[in-house]
Amino acid sequence: MEGKKQELPHVFTGSVEHAIAHIEESIQDKVDPINLRWYAIKIFERDSKALEQLKLDEDLMRHLDAHIRDCEKELDDDAESIITNQRYVYITKLVGECVKKKHAAGTLSTSDKIDRVVTNRWLALPFFAGVMFLVYYISVTTIGTYVTDWTNDTLFGAWIQPGVQSLMERAGASDWLISLVVDGIIGGLAAPIGFVPQMAIVFLFLSILEDCGYMARVAFIMDRIFRRFGLSGKSFIPFLISSGCGVPGIMSTRTIESEKDRRMTMITTTMIPCGAKLPVIALIAGFLMGGAWWMAPMMYFAGIGLVIIYCIILKKTRFFAGEPVPFVMELPAYHIPSIKGVLLHVWERVWAFIKKAGTILFLCCAVMWFLGSFGVVHGTFGLVDAGDSLLAVIGGVLAPIFAPLGFGTWQAVASSLSGFVAKEGIVSTMSLLSSLGTEIEAYDTSMHAAFAAFFPTSIAAVSFLFFNCFDSPCLAAISTMAKEMGNRKYFWYAILFQNVAAYCVALMVYQLIGVGIGQVKFGPATVAAAILFIGLLYLLFRKDPNKKYVEAERRDALRA
Amino acid sequence: MKTLRDIPVGETATVVKIHGEGSLKRRIMDMGITKGTRIYVRKVAPLGDPVEVTVRGYELSLRKEDADILEME
Repeated sequence: MEGKKQELPHVFTGSVEHAIAHIEESIQDKVDPINLRWYAIKIFERDSKALEQLKLDEDLMRHLDAHIRDCEKELDDDAESIITNQRYVYITKLVGECVKKKHAAGTLSTSDKIDRVVTNRWLALPFFAGVMFLVYYISVTTIGTYVTDWTNDTLFGAWIQPGVQSLMERAGASDWLISLVVDGIIGGLAAPIGFVPQMAIVFLFLSILEDCGYMARVAFIMDRIFRRFGLSGKSFIPFLISSGCGVPGIMSTRTIESEKDRRMTMITTTMIPCGAKLPVIALIAGFLMGGAWWMAPMMYFAGIGLVIIYCIILKKTRFFAGEPVPFVMELPAYHIPSIKGVLLHVWERVWAFIKKAGTILFLCCAVMWFLGSFGVVHGTFGLVDAGDSLLAVIGGVLAPIFAPLGFGTWQAVASSLSGFVAKEGIVSTMSLLSSLGTEIEAYDTSMHAAFAAFFPTSIAAVSFLFFNCFDSPCLAAISTMAKEMGNRKYFWYAILFQNVAAYCVALMVYQLIGVGIGQVKFGPATVAAAILFIGLLYLLFRKDPNKKYVEAERRDALRA
Repeated sequence: MKTLRDIPVGETATVVKIHGEGSLKRRIMDMGITKGTRIYVRKVAPLGDPVEVTVRGYELSLRKEDADILEME
């Protein structure tokens, strides 16, 4: 405090203060005077990190330890507990002297009254389901769709695209440039940008729920379920936010203390279909069954199912084995969230998405347009039909890898490739490749022929959807994950895991269900899928190889 | 040994000793549960676990499994 040495209050009892004073004296010349008391307390607590840092010699340590042990004997507790305990005693004394409570102990505050209903044994789950339904009903089907439709059809479809096109034509721009700007960039960006208002509404609701204190109650209610597959109730919030966008979802894992749980949540949270995957789901649903409403919920359930399966499997591996971390969490009193706080949250999250759309997606659109429009025909490089483009060549090379999944056509592979950059890119690439322009937001019958060429069977389209929804997330989410994991090795394992797992899932869906309904011929790939399925069941139901060790450890800890 | 798990909803008890060691014990103490603290058991979550308790005037939730390290009377 401005260099002025202040007398610190002595909060501990006589013998403890005495021991600390003794420690202070003997380490005086080893540490900065400002930190002296802090170090002394840490030594008293036998804090391993502080001791390691100071490297005190053994004789001194033994001498100090005698003092500490005297205190421990006198107070019948270990040093660390003594410090914590006496600090709390001091705090309680201070609070008792100067804080006056509005509610006398034993009476119910407003927050208590709310909690009596909201986390009631019988009402809590129905209430929670109701809240979630309302949030998604309002943001996805009513207001959300209205705003999104307006952005897509009016703002982009009727104003910006035709406007830019006529402007450029008048200015005498060449055909390829007009095509790049209007079809490639604006067309490609329209879908994701049109999605922003809907996302903002989802985030608005989630921020309100978070700030008023309900999210902590959600963790409280859901903990029992999540613990069954090795996570805590705190993981629920990232999963929930990921249904809007994976980037803030991954960032919200910061509230999870255990590093293992946090990594596991990050790896699995992007399995929940995010907003950007919705257009892809809508497109495939439109192609397959005229836009069946249950397709989107089915993908959500598939996502949730995969999260559970992955967690159970991962928890039994060496990387994630270990005792479940303590779930000790404060339940804050309910309060009305501040408008500024909520808007700030929404803005941060939406802005992260817009930034991504403006940079990565922009680049992705331009590159995809280039690859899809240029190619070599008769030895000359130039504008070509989509079928002769560079994209067709790349897609064609990679196609055999995806043939066992049923979508070994270059168009489907090229779309998946753009999906690695951004999931919204799948829709824009498909619309580009079906050469039907940009109006692909809603499925119409004119696209049926083009789609039938992409996917020979309907189960192939489903397999394509599964692969693209459950592989590694978009670049923005991947880079967030790299940053949040803080460990390159784990990050690459995570990406590898996500893609290999998605491939296996799509393979099983296509081969096993496909053969079952008679759309796929039995072949070597079917056998591989069946073996994979058995392997999956084994991993899922095998006994946890680490369990014995963990339990023994816990028993020892309890006995001590 | 009577632990926090055995305290019925709506009753108050005092911590006698915190067993175990390591991160769980430290975490529990950091949240204000120490020897001699009075804990009021408010409610049990809809699915039977965790429990919600009042400690030092605020609400805390903890799993029954973790509550087992708190010896009460």
